Amino acid sequence: MKKLMIATALVALSAMTASAQDTVRIATEGLYPPYNLVNDAGKLDGYEIDLGNEICKRAGLTCEFVQNDWDSMMPNLNSGNFDVIMAGMSITEERKADRTFTQNYYPPAISYYVAKSADVDVKTAVVAAQTATIQASHVAESGAELLEFKTPDETVAAVRNDEADAVLADSEFLDPIVAQSNGELVIVDKVQLGEGVGAAFRKSDTELAAKFDKAIGEMKADGSINELIKKWFKEKAVTF
Amino acid sequence: MFAHCADPSALGGLNWLLCYLTSGKHLLFYYSFGTVLVLLAVTAPVALGMGFLGAMAARAHNRALSLVGKAYMLMVRGIPDIIFFMFFVIALDQGLETVAHHLRCPDWTEPIRTALEFKVCPEAKIPPNSAPQYVHQIYGFALAVVTFAIVFGAFAANVLYGAMNAVPRAQLETAEAYGLSPRQVFRRILVPQMWVYALPGLSNLWLILIKATPLLFLLGVNDIVYWAQELGGSKTDSYAYPHGDWRLWYFLFLLAFYLAFTRVSEVVLGRLTARLSRGQATMAGEAMRKAGA
Repeated sequence: MKKLMIATALVALSAMTASAQDTVRIATEGLYPPYNLVNDAGKLDGYEIDLGNEICKRAGLTCEFVQNDWDSMMPNLNSGNFDVIMAGMSITEERKADRTFTQNYYPPAISYYVAKSADVDVKTAVVAAQTATIQASHVAESGAELLEFKTPDETVAAVRNDEADAVLADSEFLDPIVAQSNGELVIVDKVQLGEGVGAAFRKSDTELAAKFDKAIGEMKADGSINELIKKWFKEKAVTF
Repeated sequence: MFAHCADPSALGGLNWLLCYLTSGKHLLFYYSFGTVLVLLAVTAPVALGMGFLGAMAARAHNRALSLVGKAYMLMVRGIPDIIFFMFFVIALDQGLETVAHHLRCPDWTEPIRTALEFKVCPEAKIPPNSAPQYVHQIYGFALAVVTFAIVFGAFAANVLYGAMNAVPRAQLETAEAYGLSPRQVFRRILVPQMWVYALPGLSNLWLILIKATPLLFLLGVNDIVYWAQELGGSKTDSYAYPHGDWRLWYFLFLLAFYLAFTRVSEVVLGRLTARLSRGQATMAGEAMRKAGA
């Protein structure tokens, strides 16, 4: 039965031969507004989706955004299920070892510690962060107790439910949440992490990375990237 | 969906809720219930088939075949599901692509596997990069069905193996005495009688399978639990319908769904057990005979 199914699948799939222009598949998480989100129409949306589409237009590529779990981003990239990651991924020295980054398309981000009360000591408290992020490694190094979650939303919910004392995440993500929490949440501390957000490629995929890098450079030069940043990050936007 | 939902910020009360519950995202949520039901409807018979083959292999007189059947049961049952879903699916996917690579790009010189990456020629990608997203989703779904079938097939194989051994030996001997061939004994005597012994175990498996569908998310298929979490999470004004943390309500809804679904399953399985017990040399069958007499 299994063989039969595989055979059927193979036949069905090989019927669609690869077209002349190969599609570049860009993965995003869809859970990290305003970088990337699934909007109320059920479609992927956000700064990175707008930016990615613009980059592809300039580079003359056909692109498609796909949603993927943050945890399995790197295995799926390396096994070729998609070609690019644009998911609010900060550029760090450690990450450069196993992937190729473009130049940053969002300036080095400030991360906020957000808690219910202002007198939480972030060096000793229980701090929530998303798994495999720069914030998670920062919390682990800071001596605080790290509580990891799979999605960004759960990290904030953990603070609201008193499961964690504070949450560490990008300021762009936390800003609207704090502003709209009616005073329930406050910013306790700020820290700058990483070298900005960039698009990640397979280590060997330098050619495609160069195309993206060039388009991002152009958009920085003509200021159009700042327009996009202002559109999505509103008044708190950090521009180039 | 409705024309008056175009500007959600201007709406209030019931109208807002109505528009909210019919947003495109919610339609995907409702649609994902269908995905889960289809997955169950496809996986259950396939897993049962795998289980049947596994049990037959394990019972075979041929020593090699019997070892294969037993190894299948032992290995798959012994590996945690989540590892199986992470590892096996990637291995299966890469295995298929490697075969396609050798068939379609014999002149390719670069290595397929390096320390970090797995890279086949573009023509060997399954599905090809240029295929629309829904093809990728169907492929993911197919991988999910195969994986579920292999995992649950192993458990089903063990249940059926036990059930086949539970059929009283005297029944088979009588059949043999009447001159039935081994094949006929298996088909006409053993299989019809074993179901009643297998049913309690199989019904457990079915209920576990119902609850295991969130594993779909690991395979990139958005199931009902994913959507409940995504829709229930608090939303800022980056979204058209900002709201607080409503996960409790969404999960309560899922709880009701799962309870209703398992209840219906129990009723159906109960009737099936009664039907299969009729005339059997089991306690339930004996009780039925006495009640009828």
